Amino acid sequence: MHNQTVAQLARGLREKQFSSVEVTRHLLERIAGLDAQYNSFITTCEDAALASARAADDRLAAGDAGPLTGIPLAHKDIFCTSGVRTSCGSRMLDNFVPPYDATVVERLRDAGTVTLGKTNMDEFAMGSSNENSYYGAVKNPWDTNCVPGGSSGGSAAAVAAGLVPAASGTDTGGSIRQPAAFCGITGLKPTYGRISRLGMVAFASSLDQAGPMARTAEDCALLLEAMAGHDPRDSTSVNRPVPDYCADLDKPLEGLRIGLPREYFGEGLQAATGDCIQAALKELENQGASLVEVSLPNSHLTIPTYYIIAPAEASTNLSRYDGVRYGYRCDNPADLDDLYTRTREEGFGDEVKRRILVGTYALSAGYYDAYYRKAQQARRLIRDDFLACFEQVDVIAGPTTPGPAFGLGEKSDDPVAMYLEDVYTLAVNLAGLPGMSVPAGLVEGKPVGLQLIGRHFEEARLLNTAHRFQQATDWHTRAPSQGGNA
Amino acid sequence: MQWEPVIGLEVHLQLATRSKIFSGSPTTFGAEPNTQASAVDLAMPGMLPVLNEQAVRFAVMFGLGIGAEIGKRSVFDRKNYFYPDLPKGYQISQFSDPVVGRGHFEIQLEDGSSREIGITRAHLEEDAGKSLHEDFHGQTGIDLNRAGTPLLEIVSEPDLRNAAEAVAYLKALHSLVTYLGISDGNMAEGSMRCDINISLRPAGSDTLGTRAEIKNVNSFRFVEKAIQHEIDRQSDILDDGGQVVQETRLYDADRNETRPMRSKEVANDYRYFPEPDLLPVVLEDAWIEAVRETLPELPWEKRHRFANQYQLNDYDAGVLAASRPLADYFEAVARDAGDAKIAANWVQVELLGRLNRDERGIESCPVPATHLAQLIQRILDNSISGKIAKQVFEAMWAGEGDADTVIAARGLKQVSDTGELEAMVDQVIAGSAAQVEQYLAADEGKRKKLVGYFVGQVMKLSKGQANPQVVNELLARKLG
Repeated sequence: MHNQTVAQLARGLREKQFSSVEVTRHLLERIAGLDAQYNSFITTCEDAALASARAADDRLAAGDAGPLTGIPLAHKDIFCTSGVRTSCGSRMLDNFVPPYDATVVERLRDAGTVTLGKTNMDEFAMGSSNENSYYGAVKNPWDTNCVPGGSSGGSAAAVAAGLVPAASGTDTGGSIRQPAAFCGITGLKPTYGRISRLGMVAFASSLDQAGPMARTAEDCALLLEAMAGHDPRDSTSVNRPVPDYCADLDKPLEGLRIGLPREYFGEGLQAATGDCIQAALKELENQGASLVEVSLPNSHLTIPTYYIIAPAEASTNLSRYDGVRYGYRCDNPADLDDLYTRTREEGFGDEVKRRILVGTYALSAGYYDAYYRKAQQARRLIRDDFLACFEQVDVIAGPTTPGPAFGLGEKSDDPVAMYLEDVYTLAVNLAGLPGMSVPAGLVEGKPVGLQLIGRHFEEARLLNTAHRFQQATDWHTRAPSQGGNA
Repeated sequence: MQWEPVIGLEVHLQLATRSKIFSGSPTTFGAEPNTQASAVDLAMPGMLPVLNEQAVRFAVMFGLGIGAEIGKRSVFDRKNYFYPDLPKGYQISQFSDPVVGRGHFEIQLEDGSSREIGITRAHLEEDAGKSLHEDFHGQTGIDLNRAGTPLLEIVSEPDLRNAAEAVAYLKALHSLVTYLGISDGNMAEGSMRCDINISLRPAGSDTLGTRAEIKNVNSFRFVEKAIQHEIDRQSDILDDGGQVVQETRLYDADRNETRPMRSKEVANDYRYFPEPDLLPVVLEDAWIEAVRETLPELPWEKRHRFANQYQLNDYDAGVLAASRPLADYFEAVARDAGDAKIAANWVQVELLGRLNRDERGIESCPVPATHLAQLIQRILDNSISGKIAKQVFEAMWAGEGDADTVIAARGLKQVSDTGELEAMVDQVIAGSAAQVEQYLAADEGKRKKLVGYFVGQVMKLSKGQANPQVVNELLARKLG
C-alpha cells in the first residue's frame, strides 16, 4: 500500500480495495516504526489524521468524493496548520501553534486529503542539506549517511521512504527540486504566483513558491490542481484560471523542442550524473522531442544575485521574530535590547543568522546600490535569458544538481560549497518560472534528477513531458531498500 | 543678528477608512487593547498584506485637491527598524515612488493676506501600535489596535516662516482633509500628528541653516508653542556664536520646551527596499478621473462662492467656509431665513461665540439650523426685537424648543398693538410730569435726546416687548 502512487491509492479507495482509515493507519504505523532512522517528521497528527480519514471514508461511501478524497499526505513544517505546532525547523517557533491554516493546507484539506503530520526542513527553509534543522538532520532513505537535500528534505525523504505518497514542499532556490532529485522522487516548483503564499512562513517573498512532491508527474498534476489558484489574501498570487493539469499528460512529445543550456552541462557537472541526464534526454528524443543547444549567458550571475536578493528579503521577513508576541523569548531579559539580542541569538541557528547578516549588509545605506539594486538588474538579465531561449524552445532541460546526494556533514562547514549545490536551480526562482525534477537514473545507488524548466504558467507542458518520460522509464518506481517492504 | 526661521511640516494623517490599510481589521478609536488586531496586524508567520483600495482613493483625492501630480505607478517599501509596537519589524511605507507628488495650496493669514505653500509629496503608510508605559510596573504594554491604520504622510516644502503661518497651514490642511472626508482630523485622538523641521538663517540669506526636527506634536497650540520655543532656543545658540545640532527633539508640553530624543529612539538606517509582498500600485487615468468627479467643493472654492453669492467680505466668508459642517449649517440658515447677511452675522457672532464658550463643535450644536433660521425670520417680521432674539437664542440653546415655542412660552412676542401701547404711553407721560415739562421746553435738537427716556420707560413697562417704532410714533404724537 505504501508504495502506491496517489493516483493508485485514489483508485483503490474509489474501488473499495481499502479504506482511507486503513491506509492512514498503515502509514502512521510505518512512520512510528521507521522514521527514527530518517527523522523526516517533526510532528505527527495521529488522532486528527484518523478523524479526517473517517470523514473521507464517509464521503467515499456517499459517492461524494473528489480525486484526492482520503489520500494521506504530509505538509512541510513551513505551512501553518491551525492547532498544530508549526516550527519552520526553528527553535524560534518551537512553541508556535498557529490559529489558522495556510491556503495550501486549506485547499488540500478541502480536497479531502488527510494530513499525517509536518515534515522536517532546514530552518526557515535556508539550506540545501536539511542539516540546518533545530530538530536534527534528516537522513536520505537511499543512504542514511547522506543528506536528503534541502530545504524540503523531510518531505522528500518521507515520500522516498514510503511513509507518505506525497507531501507539500516549498522552493525558494531549489528546495523542492534538489531534495526530490536526491531522494529519487518527482517535485514541481510552479510559476511564482501560481499557488498562494498565505500562511507559508516567508523566507524570500519574491522567490518563495509552494509545490507538490510525489512519486510521479501524474501525482504532482493531481496535487497541483488542488493547490493552485488565485487567493485574494496574497497580492502576488496570480488571478488566472487553473487548467486541468491531468488532461494533457499523455500527449505525445512529437514536435516538442527541448533546449539544453550549454552552461548547465559544463564544468561542475559530475560525469556520471551527466551520463544519466544524457540518457534521459535520449529517451525524450526517442519519443519525438528535438534537442536544441541553447545558452543562458548570464548564468554566472545566478549565485551572487540569489545570495543578495534572498538574504535581503529574509533579513526583514525574519525581523518579526523578536520575542514580543509569540515564539521563543529568552529568559529574564534585562531590557529591550537584551530581549531582542538574546531572543534572536538563542532562537536562530547559524545559517539563518548568516543570511540575516548578509541581507542586512546588502540593504544598508551606502551598499544598497552596489548590491541590492545591482542584483535586481542582474535578476532581470537572467530572466531575459530564459525568455529569449523560450522563443526557440518549449522546455529547457538539464541536471537538477551537479551530482547525487552528498554525505552528512560533508559541506556543513563550507557555506559556499553548499551554495554551489543550487547552481542549476536558483535561476528558475529568480526568473519566476516553473521547474521540475524527475528521477532519471542512479549513480552509485543514489538517485539523480532531470530538471525540466517551462515558460511562465506552462506547468502542464512540464507535467506532460515528465509523465511521458515516466511512461517509458522506471526510475520513479525505484525505492530505497531500507524502507522497502516493511 | 536678525534670524529668519525656515519651517517645513510633516503631517501624519490617519485616513478615515473603515478597515486597516493592509488588513480587514476595523480602525475604530478607543476599543479595548488588542481587540482590533488580526493575525496580519500581529505579523503572525505567513501573514501577508493586502492593500485597501479606499486608502489609495483617499490619498488620490488629497492629491487632486492640492493640484498635485498623481503617482501613476507608486511603490510600497519596507522601512526597517525594531520596536515592540512595530510587529513586523518594518513599516510598510512609500519611499521613492509616492502616490502623491508635488502640489500646493493657499493659506489665509490673520492679517487677511494669503500665501501659497508647496507640498513636496504625500505617501501612504501604516501606523504603528502603541507602547503603554503607565499601569505596567517595570514592563511595557503593547496595544496593536492602531497598528496598520492607514496614514497619509504629507510633507510640506520649507515655505513657512513663523509659528502663525505653520498653524494657519495646519488649519488649512485640517479644513481640506475634513472637507474631502478622508480623515476625521481629530488631533486629540491622534488622527493628525505633526513633525516640525525648523532651522534659522540670517534674514535675507538664501542658504539653509542646520535644522532640528521636533517629533509628534499633536495640537495647533502645541505646534505654535513648540515652534516659538525652538526659534528662541536656536537663536540663542546662534547669537552666542554656537552651532545648532542636527537632531530629533521632543516637545514637552508640560514644561513648554523641546529636548533631544535619546539616541536609541532614533534609528539611523531604515534599509528601505521595495516591499515584495505587494505589487506596485498602477492607477489608470480613467480611475483617477472618476475619483476627481467625486471631489466635493473645496474650502477655498466655497470661500470664494460665499463671498460672491452672499456678498460677504473675504474674512467672514473664510470663517464660515473653514469647516464643512459649519458651512453647511450657515447655508441652511441663510436659505431658510432668507437673509444671508443676518444669517452670517448670527452664525459667526452668536453661534460660534456660544460654541466656543462651551468648547463645543458645530457637530454637537444644540440649536439646529432650522431653529436659528426661524429665529431670524421672527426678527425680520418684527415679531421680536434683536435684543429679545438673543434671549430666545439662549433659551433655544438650553433646549427649550424652537424659536416660536420659546417666544410663545415666555410671552416674548413684540407688542405692536396701538391701543395697548397707547395706554402704556399715556401711563408713562402721566407719571413723568417733570420730564414732560423739560421736554416741552427743549428745542428740536434736545428733544431727540430726551425722547429716549420715555421710550425706555415704555420698554420697561412692556418688559422689552413693545415695538420701538410704534412707541416712537405714539410719543411723537402725544408729546406734540
